[in-house]
Amino acid sequence: MSLSVEIEKNLGSFHLRAAFEAGDETLALLGASGCGKSMTLKCIAGVERPDRGRIVVDGRTVFDSEQGIDLSPQQRRVGVVFQNYALFPNMTVLQNLRCGARREEDKKKRERAVRQVLERFGLQELTGRYPHQLSGGQQQRVALARVLVSDPQILLLDEPFSALDSHLRFRLEVEMREVIRQFGKTVLLVSHDRDEVFRMARSIAVMDNGRIHRAGPREEVFAQPGTRAGAVLTGCKNISPLERLLDGRVRAVDWGMELEVNDDGRAQYLGIRMHDIRPGGGENSFLCRVVEEIENPFSYTLMLRPLGQEDARPIGWELDKERWRQLRGEQVEISLPRASILLLED
Amino acid sequence: MDWFPLFNSLRIAGLSTGIIFFAGIFAAYYIAKAPRVLKGILDVVLTLPLVLPPTVVGYLLLRLLGPKRPIGAWFLAVFDLKLTMTWWSAIFATTVVIFPLMYRTARGAFESFDETLAYSAQSLGLSNTYIFWRIRMPCCRQGILAGAVLSFARALGEYGATSMIAGYTPGRTATISTTVYQLWRTNDDALALRWVLVNMAISFVVLLAVNLLERRRTGRAERGRQDVPVRGN
Repeated sequence: MSLSVEIEKNLGSFHLRAAFEAGDETLALLGASGCGKSMTLKCIAGVERPDRGRIVVDGRTVFDSEQGIDLSPQQRRVGVVFQNYALFPNMTVLQNLRCGARREEDKKKRERAVRQVLERFGLQELTGRYPHQLSGGQQQRVALARVLVSDPQILLLDEPFSALDSHLRFRLEVEMREVIRQFGKTVLLVSHDRDEVFRMARSIAVMDNGRIHRAGPREEVFAQPGTRAGAVLTGCKNISPLERLLDGRVRAVDWGMELEVNDDGRAQYLGIRMHDIRPGGGENSFLCRVVEEIENPFSYTLMLRPLGQEDARPIGWELDKERWRQLRGEQVEISLPRASILLLED
Repeated sequence: MDWFPLFNSLRIAGLSTGIIFFAGIFAAYYIAKAPRVLKGILDVVLTLPLVLPPTVVGYLLLRLLGPKRPIGAWFLAVFDLKLTMTWWSAIFATTVVIFPLMYRTARGAFESFDETLAYSAQSLGLSNTYIFWRIRMPCCRQGILAGAVLSFARALGEYGATSMIAGYTPGRTATISTTVYQLWRTNDDALALRWVLVNMAISFVVLLAVNLLERRRTGRAERGRQDVPVRGN
């Protein structure tokens, strides 16, 4: 099973231009809300039409503007789980699941498929309930059961956890990973949550303003997000414009720091993740004043400004509680390791 | 007391509600999906009868359907049928007057429908006909019913256009509203009051029904939205 997408669509405020491929794996589209990721998903499902391009699902062309192919959503066999789960509110759980199985013409097989999926998702007790009588987690399970009973060739998940409380999310993520593993075919996950994306998918495509900024294995994307938007989306909080100095070093304009970096000559910004900053001397070390000490449940975040740079925007450093208790003071020396500095294009 | 006006009013209102029920839903469904400019124009045209004085509607209808006017003359010549001054002539008037009520409430109901329900139904392979009758209509049912009841009530009270196109003939075209006017004009105060009370009773029941429908609708919508606490997930 596979998915290959290359589409363009004018959305008024911006131009969506998405191209990516995925095999039997989970690919995540990571992007902020309104970046075009949900629209991409709708184009694949066939409920929105791209202006131009081609979509191939499992070797079957479902959309091709040049050949004039545009299969209806019913013909595409693309399973979608929407953010709000889209359970039919006027139908019980059982009726919802039967809707998923309607493509199967043999009534006996249909009922068997529904029974199997009821059992698999532990929904036997809930068959007579209406969607509004279910918890968020139960709703998600019904939505997954309904989409799987329709035997889709690929599965699209649109922000599947965003409607849930955070304490539930983790548990349902574990369940969802198991479902995906058993499904065994291409899954496209759309999300704005970098942690969720990292845990759920091996491959990640970072999307901003309708454009895919960076795509590849998750480790590579997180290690080198490539663009400023990519760095922000993968959770980098320290980002500053850079200026090149005559001696080959660069100046981080916002932080008032002059740094040695592995400059490729193209970057316009640089970034460093809050936990990649190291205490003490070494590469790119600065003596800083502690502007603010923020206590998190399991760590401290310190806002730091190099001595003598009173106009600079403070840089954030996150470290263990234990470690900070040892170092604590009004001033602290930090090092920004060259290998941890992200060079970013706009 | 001669109950003919009540019977006549009910059949006129019932039939015209039946007509606009389907016409209103049909128009609402397709106009909700129309391009913006067309939607704006059709919206104005179809809502116009709601704001025009009923006498203006009556006048326009007479210009079209009167025995010497284009449509009326044609029917008279071809079918030997006079379109005005019969009991069912009033249906033309009430239909035009109440259509906007049905159309607007149905459109409101369709517009508040969550389109992702239709999207996921399509992806599951359900036909568009199935989706319309088994998902979209049931989800919009309360709004559509409220629109129909409201239209029925308005049709029951229609006076201006009805009196112009159907006139007032006791036992033939008299409705409650035209009867009340005639009784008041002829100083039969006692009987007029009785008809007023009948009319008020009907309106009361109708508005009660609308309110109940509305409350059930919002109640269900709220329940659907709230996050139910998790029990033994």
